Amino acid sequence: MLIKKAADLRESDVTPKETFLRRREFLAVAGSTAVAVATNGLGPVFTGTATALAQNPSAQKLANLKKSPFSTDEKLNSYKDVTTYNNFYEFGLDKADPSKYAHTLKPRPWSVVVEGQCAKPGTYNIEDILKYAPLEERIYRLRCVEAWSMVVPWVGYPLSEFLKRFEPTSKAKYVEFRTLVDTRQMPGQTEPALNWPYVEGLRMDEAMHPLTLLGLGLYGEVLPNQNGAPIRLVVPWKYGFKSIKSIVRVRFVENEPINTWKQQQSSEYGFYANVNPQVDHPRWTQGSERRLGEFFRRKTLMFNGYGDQVASLYAGMDLRKNY
Amino acid sequence: MFKPAAWLACLAPAALLVYHGFQSELGANPVETITNSTGIWTLRLIVIGLAITPLRWASGLNQLINYRRLIGLFAFFYGTLHFLTYFILDHQLQFTGLWDDVVKRPYITAGFTAFVLMIPLAITSTGGWIRRMGGRQWNRLHRLIYITALAAVLHYFWKVKLDATYPVYYGIGVAVLLGIRLWLQYHRKPASQ
Repeated sequence: MLIKKAADLRESDVTPKETFLRRREFLAVAGSTAVAVATNGLGPVFTGTATALAQNPSAQKLANLKKSPFSTDEKLNSYKDVTTYNNFYEFGLDKADPSKYAHTLKPRPWSVVVEGQCAKPGTYNIEDILKYAPLEERIYRLRCVEAWSMVVPWVGYPLSEFLKRFEPTSKAKYVEFRTLVDTRQMPGQTEPALNWPYVEGLRMDEAMHPLTLLGLGLYGEVLPNQNGAPIRLVVPWKYGFKSIKSIVRVRFVENEPINTWKQQQSSEYGFYANVNPQVDHPRWTQGSERRLGEFFRRKTLMFNGYGDQVASLYAGMDLRKNY
Repeated sequence: MFKPAAWLACLAPAALLVYHGFQSELGANPVETITNSTGIWTLRLIVIGLAITPLRWASGLNQLINYRRLIGLFAFFYGTLHFLTYFILDHQLQFTGLWDDVVKRPYITAGFTAFVLMIPLAITSTGGWIRRMGGRQWNRLHRLIYITALAAVLHYFWKVKLDATYPVYYGIGVAVLLGIRLWLQYHRKPASQ
């Protein structure tokens, strides 16, 4: 039985609206500071971009974030929205469950096992992983298969920077990811809601695509537990379930991995799971979505609006079959 | 004499929604919260309404019948709010979009059927209509609520993404309440319906 514990966030933790509305200034200042630091070699004199907005005082800040040309300038969803509305069934099926129960997850110490078709398999520590490449802030749209969406200021670096360190061989056609299994840390796993561990996968070219992010934080601080601490994927042109959370295992493989939702219900969820307004979920429409914070639905964009960058990955493929 | 209390109890879920709405406490997705709350209260009130007749038979408390119309009308009230949330916010009151959904998506077909069948029941809920129609005809018409209840459960069952526990519970509840009626029809003749 689950004992309810109050969420760690208090009303006072919410971003004051004035601060929120001034976020561009913070970003601009942070950007120019990062440039100044880089050119003058002053060291870390400035801490964080959106950190000034993020409201969890105990969270570890991530400093010197690069801005990214891939970021959207759409209105951000609030820190509260992003951290209290989560699908993370390892902590319960309700959207509010992860923010209530994910305090049991211990994101430190943490290591990731890398194995399969690569020259440098091994176990890698999260503290080192954080330093493999300069951290960037990437403001992406997130579109859930349930037809809601939000805009999140992620922190991380391209997944390609991570994967290429392990020197995948020519046999590595796909890469598979697994979430932690530990019923003490993830009490939702005592229920067979899904077949644990949660498994996801990407084709190698998808994984190496510059848009694909290894997520290590959001709103200028390390990932909150409920958002998949300490390390997750962010694949913005695919439905949210592809962006696996709390990763402990990465495996380079020859054959297409069987991802959890496809295994659960293959008529409704596929391997590719590209956001596609022309291919409905068998039970509901994917032609439109509700952006959190808006009342009316808006049209869903092909590849979640990232078609210019990623459509070529799927040239010649029947996206109706490969949903 | 408990009617005002029953009234307030039935109104409470809507009042809470309004209150939380003003406090901005409907969560990150208020539309979803409103849709889910009005939907589940529709189904709960349908089930409670269906339980009244068997409870009367079992307990002999005939005054329970005095609450049936109130509960039924509140079920219709929440069903209407549920439908309007969807019709206004998802379809912006466009009938073509609504109809496409009704025809194409089984869970909408079921939900829409459940709602539409409640309309004649709400209209004919007055004493005047009972007199005009005659008790027998009226009773027959109001058996439409059985179809509404089954369709509402199906609607719920088809909507959930993964965990069908609650839809199944409600399904069992409705099946038992309808089963009792069937069973009694074959095994004895109750005093009234």
